[in-house]
Amino acid sequence: MQYLVSVIDDKTDSGTEEEMVAIRAFNERLRAGGHWVFAAGLAAPETSTVIDARGEEPVFTDGPFVESKEHMAGLWIIEAPDLDVALELMTAGSKACNRRLEVRPLLFV
Amino acid sequence: MNPVDAREAITLAHFAEWARVVASLARRFGDLDVAEEAAAEAFATAVERWPVDGVPPNPGAWLTTTANRRAIDRIRREHKRLDKHREAMLLTDDTPPEPLGAIDDDRLRLIFTCCHPALAMEARVALTLRLVGGLTVPEIARGFLVQEPAMARRITRAKGKIAAARIPYRVPSAQDLPARITGVLAVLYLVFNEGYLATGPDTDPVRADLTAEAIRLTRLIRMLLPGDGEVAGLLALMLLTEARRPARVSTAGELVPLGEQDRGLWSEALIDEGHRLVRERLASGVAPGRYQLLAAVNAVHTDARDARDTDWSQVVALYDQLVRLDRSPIVALNRAIAVAELDGPDAALPIIDRLESALQGYHAFHATRAELLRRLGRPGESREAYDRAIALAGNSAEIAYLAHRRDDLD
Repeated sequence: MQYLVSVIDDKTDSGTEEEMVAIRAFNERLRAGGHWVFAAGLAAPETSTVIDARGEEPVFTDGPFVESKEHMAGLWIIEAPDLDVALELMTAGSKACNRRLEVRPLLFV
Repeated sequence: MNPVDAREAITLAHFAEWARVVASLARRFGDLDVAEEAAAEAFATAVERWPVDGVPPNPGAWLTTTANRRAIDRIRREHKRLDKHREAMLLTDDTPPEPLGAIDDDRLRLIFTCCHPALAMEARVALTLRLVGGLTVPEIARGFLVQEPAMARRITRAKGKIAAARIPYRVPSAQDLPARITGVLAVLYLVFNEGYLATGPDTDPVRADLTAEAIRLTRLIRMLLPGDGEVAGLLALMLLTEARRPARVSTAGELVPLGEQDRGLWSEALIDEGHRLVRERLASGVAPGRYQLLAAVNAVHTDARDARDTDWSQVVALYDQLVRLDRSPIVALNRAIAVAELDGPDAALPIIDRLESALQGYHAFHATRAELLRRLGRPGESREAYDRAIALAGNSAEIAYLAHRRDDLD
């Protein structure tokens, strides 16, 4: 079972060096436990571009696709047998990156 | 077979076996939806068959077997191309009757799954009442003044999340257990309180079906976790509160405060049982948690055969302990009420006034202030406080009582 973990933030480029050290250590723990699939930080939401190719001509618009006070600042994809394991792992992840996280199951991979 | 006897047997079996049937199916099939529907169908089949065929010698086993067959039928229907191997597994998986311990574990698993912290509180309440308590969706909807389709959606959505996010069906690890038990007890206490102080203008001030169900489920958890002090504490708290229910609302539909209740109406059997539990916890020598302290407060109240005999210094001492565990302003308010009885309203009013910023939206804060101001001979301020309490209160009997007290100021 895989889960998408979104990092919730209301600022951009707000990570500190201390947080980065803690995140690296946490990622090592994910790898050692066989839970690591992927992780990345994201550039500011204003850098995004929305594509709509449902019509004849693709349309590109300046993103983000939803304006909100909070946004996704980074993500993990983790492997865990069930939600309890995912929540326990990412409780440590929330401490490491010092942000709130949203844990959401992937449908099927 | 006498149809009345059969109906009674079904009612009894529903009380005794519903959670067990759902829990064992949930473990076997790993799907709460299948478990719930198959259990409901098995009971519906019993309603048809038992009056005709007689009550089976072991109703629980009959219901489990019937429900298992229904579950397999449903899985077959849904997976028309169910692979032969899995079908054979389902059909031949006639595991011998579980030893008692394992069956109990099934019910505990079910309770912990329904009360999982990843579910919204209202979903936990609804799921627990449906899957563990066996209440029907219309019964739960009535209990919480929600339209039936909305309640059905709430339950469906919660089951959907459990399946999709893979909320596990198991008893939490020893490390997580205390926090998860606290979560389960919070659900049961909420059900009890909603019954005991029901909200809504056109509803009974006390909904005894909810308080009874909360007590029944807490008894079940007490049986499954007999060593847990807070489980015993919550059960004692509920019993000692429920014991006073017959005296709590006057024939005129007004709430009767503790000090004015006819204590002869209190249930001695419930008080005895509650006191036994409180004594058992005291004898354990383990530091009491929140529910045990609240139960002890209620034990002090129910010890006094006359309100004037209440040992208020003991009540204040218990609240002093509770304040250290629970910083909530509501606990501080209840402590101040006890201080008013022990040291007088002039000692309590400053404590209460300090809580205003936290509790100005809470009717009991204004009701308490109103009462103290009345006793201090400040009727104008007292009236204002009653008005604010009445505007915020949700329970019809409480509103009637507060209005009566306000009008007595004249």
